[in-house]
Amino acid sequence: MTDLPVTQEQMTCIICPMGCSMEVLIEHNGLDKKVLSVRDNGCPRGEQYAYKEVSHPTRTLTTTVAVRNGEVPLVPVKTSSEIPKHLLFNAMEILRRAAVEAPVECGQVILKDILGTAVSVVACSDVGKK
Amino acid sequence: MKQDFCYDIIIIGGGPAGLAAACAAREQGVERIVIIERDLHLGGILQQCIHNGFGLHHFGEELTGPEYALRFITKVKELGIEYKTDTIVLDISVGEKNCFNERQKAVTVLSVKEGLQQLQTNALILAMGCRERTRGALVIPGTRPAGIFTAGAVQRFVNMEGYLPGKKIVILGSGDIGLIMARRLTLEGAEVKLICELMSFSAGLTRNIVQCVENFNIPLKFNHTITKIHGKDRVEGVTVSRVDAHRKIIEGSDEFVECDTLLLSVGLIPENELSVSCGIALDAATSGPVVNERMQTSIEGVFACGNAVHVHDLVDFVTEESIRSGKSAALYVQKNIQSAVLRIPVRSGNRVRYTIPQFVDSLDQPFKILFRTADEYRNVNICAYSNNKKIKAVKKKIVRPGEMLSFEITDADLIKIQHDITVAIELPEEDVD
Amino acid sequence: MKYDIAIIGAGISGSCIARYLSQFKLSICMIDKESDVSCGTSKANSGIIHAGYDPEPNSLMAKLNVRGNELYSSLSKEVHFTFKRTGSHVIAFTEEEKKVVQDLFERGKKNGVKDLRIVNAEELRSMESSVSPDALCSLYAPSAGIISPYEAVWAIAESAVINGVKLFLETEVYSISPRDEQGYFSLHTSQSDIRSRYIINAAGLYADAVNAMAGARQFCIQPRKGEYSLLDTKCCSLAKSVLFQTPTDAGKGVLVTPTVDYNILIGPSADEKSEKDFNATTRSGQEYIFEKAEKTIPDLPRRSIINSFSGSRAIAYECGEDGKPGKKINDFIIEEDESIKGFITVGGITSPGLASAPAIAEYVSSLLEKTGLEMRLNPDYNPVRKGIEVFKDAPPQRKEELIEENPLYGRIICRCEMITEAEIVQSVHSIIGAKDLDGVKRRTRAQMGRCQGGFCLPRITEIISREKNIPMISVTKNGRSSFILHSKTR
Repeated sequence: MTDLPVTQEQMTCIICPMGCSMEVLIEHNGLDKKVLSVRDNGCPRGEQYAYKEVSHPTRTLTTTVAVRNGEVPLVPVKTSSEIPKHLLFNAMEILRRAAVEAPVECGQVILKDILGTAVSVVACSDVGKK
Repeated sequence: MKQDFCYDIIIIGGGPAGLAAACAAREQGVERIVIIERDLHLGGILQQCIHNGFGLHHFGEELTGPEYALRFITKVKELGIEYKTDTIVLDISVGEKNCFNERQKAVTVLSVKEGLQQLQTNALILAMGCRERTRGALVIPGTRPAGIFTAGAVQRFVNMEGYLPGKKIVILGSGDIGLIMARRLTLEGAEVKLICELMSFSAGLTRNIVQCVENFNIPLKFNHTITKIHGKDRVEGVTVSRVDAHRKIIEGSDEFVECDTLLLSVGLIPENELSVSCGIALDAATSGPVVNERMQTSIEGVFACGNAVHVHDLVDFVTEESIRSGKSAALYVQKNIQSAVLRIPVRSGNRVRYTIPQFVDSLDQPFKILFRTADEYRNVNICAYSNNKKIKAVKKKIVRPGEMLSFEITDADLIKIQHDITVAIELPEEDVD
Repeated sequence: MKYDIAIIGAGISGSCIARYLSQFKLSICMIDKESDVSCGTSKANSGIIHAGYDPEPNSLMAKLNVRGNELYSSLSKEVHFTFKRTGSHVIAFTEEEKKVVQDLFERGKKNGVKDLRIVNAEELRSMESSVSPDALCSLYAPSAGIISPYEAVWAIAESAVINGVKLFLETEVYSISPRDEQGYFSLHTSQSDIRSRYIINAAGLYADAVNAMAGARQFCIQPRKGEYSLLDTKCCSLAKSVLFQTPTDAGKGVLVTPTVDYNILIGPSADEKSEKDFNATTRSGQEYIFEKAEKTIPDLPRRSIINSFSGSRAIAYECGEDGKPGKKINDFIIEEDESIKGFITVGGITSPGLASAPAIAEYVSSLLEKTGLEMRLNPDYNPVRKGIEVFKDAPPQRKEELIEENPLYGRIICRCEMITEAEIVQSVHSIIGAKDLDGVKRRTRAQMGRCQGGFCLPRITEIISREKNIPMISVTKNGRSSFILHSKTR
């Protein structure tokens, strides 16, 4: 059994507005990090979040996409589930250049499988034709 | 002026508060309801709040602002509730009591489509929302270049029209709007150079500090404020200074930060121009109307809900409060509200900045008291007193000005209430019981 | 381009002169380096039409102040701007100050100011209930009044343009060549050259530079910066008339006054160490004006401040050694230059400049006449200018008519001040139209309410973009590079 360095870190859970302050024990193997234990999480989702945040953090991206011939110029969109945190700016690049034709319906898929994540980008509101 | 239109309830404001109140009133059985909304579409401020975090309490799902609004807009349409958009209320007047002991309310509205109209109504629900505190009100010295915005105005430009206000941004205020915009502007390619917060803690959710500030390596300085704005035509920079524990500027701590945009996220103020103009009593601590547990203001038949009453952190609580308001307005119209009025004052005790409601008029049903603390405290007891006797205490690990608190007064608590209620925050060392 | 008269400066002086002279058959142009009229001292000052007891008797200031004050009633009605004869009080708080008040009273009588009288503390309090209990008496001048200075300048300048005056904005005069054989000066500007038989230098803070360009009398203009603060309209009961303290060498001191739009204005401070085009507010300046103003009205509600600003007055000095200012010149400099014939200086127009301006115009006209210029009346002269009809103040019947005529009166853009889209659109297309957000603000009051444009800024930007057919990212706050937005993101 090798003695890898272990640190105790404070982490704020961002799953819900409670923002529980958790204590996380992390084992370091070179650049790799592994969660050993989580304390003070208010619910099981917090513990899940801690594990994920250390090994492969993800985020929901919310932004806007241009609408062609719509009653308004933009439609708010979101990723239908979380995508890897390090892909946020790349995803923004793609969505900045995207456009969708009016009418748009809330929930409509604007872009499938963004950056190979298998996650869709969906509209968050209705936009009628001009 | 056309004066034909008579309603049971007129709701001023088609944002989350007005929409929820309208649905609740219709579900209670009231027929003639109309929502008056000054913007081109319903949804209020939620239209531009494209981030998520809405609906966890009310729907059990995490939604973006526009999705949350659409749920209610759809419901309003399904319920067949009338609404007028691109229409503004110019004036409200409350008449004398008629032979049915009712006070008719007249609402003057203006729109391009229908011109000037006077609408008559039995009940009124004020749901106008709030506005942002300005640079002028803060008296930040310096020049007056282009590039100074309130966070809400930038949010509208970026999220609804597709424009970036600048490239190098300094944000004053670490409330949720400032934090959310810090992330948004960064994602859109701007550089947020600094967030400056006067207090020693953030007024926003900790969750937002992490996902909007830390995750994007944006510098955030507590105990700092902006003491000068530079730039002739456009902002060229700001002077940032440190403050001491009493919020006084520390001499010699000035630092120049180059930027082309200053974003102000320094507070929201309930919008009550119309309330004042028809003589409704306001609470100086909230800048909103004084209300009772049914969300009725000092004028009978005039109700209020949402940010127009006090600024909320979560739209879910706006919805809850507005449902209560809509139901109460409906019961009033149906003459199902008891006329007995107890006027039991709800007082802000130690460390409590304000409470909603400010009065309780009936003790026949449990109710909730919403309130905020003046500062950050840990391991406290939230206590309710009546007639100087402690009637209830609830432990809480941490309380902050930025997170609104609620206190349930249950059936069991109701019988202990006599002439008044005081809500206070007790520190652990003060707990003598 | 050849003109009989070229007026340099489109502030209150230049505009009044332009309008007055437009009643004659003369070709006139008015030139200003800014993108709009009224962008110098005329933009940021107290807006007071003084009664005329302050200036030294028999000075030009005294004569023109009293005459100008009289002319404001008819002028404001003819060209449609707000003027309210609120009256003013100079308040004494000590026995010493009582003597000053008495002196001003005597001086006022010598200057021909009508209906001046000294009122005792009781009567003062009955007229102005918020005044400090320490007030002993005051000099009451019923003829004093208030205007919105940029509203007035815009209205007067438009009247001049209606009557044929050519307005050249964004045109800075760089040099002036002497009168040639045909008797024309050449003004070399940032745009094109302008030739004119006469030049009227009404260039405000830069009048000294323009005199130097022409080789005319040398003097030195030092800007005296004054800071102001504006209180919410809900404080309007604090003062019904203009409330002064007794004057000192630094000027008339800090005053508290209602504005024509029902705000309360406090200020100005007097900072002699400033630069000409630099108008910034300071922490110390803002504290100073409140401290001083509270001598008149105690406990001013700082929570009701909605805005602060500063402006500079043009104080004239003789030129001392090394071109530094020497002795102060305590009167207006309004004269045909001794050596440069046809060049008329209108310099050092500091308080009571605003009040005197209509009379300055009459005086300048008489100077022109003396030079032998033929001044025949223009039969097409129309003194009337119709401004933008304000929705907020119209009675319900008239509101309905306005919406019928122009449906855009049915949409309120500035919620705080109840300004409609129709008024904003008209301000852009007016004779001297608004080109930017500040231009719209000065013409309509939109963005001047308690939210200071927080709600209406995006909407007004769209309207300017649409009406001037320019992209949103080209819309500015006040010309040059004061762009509101950086770039389009989609």
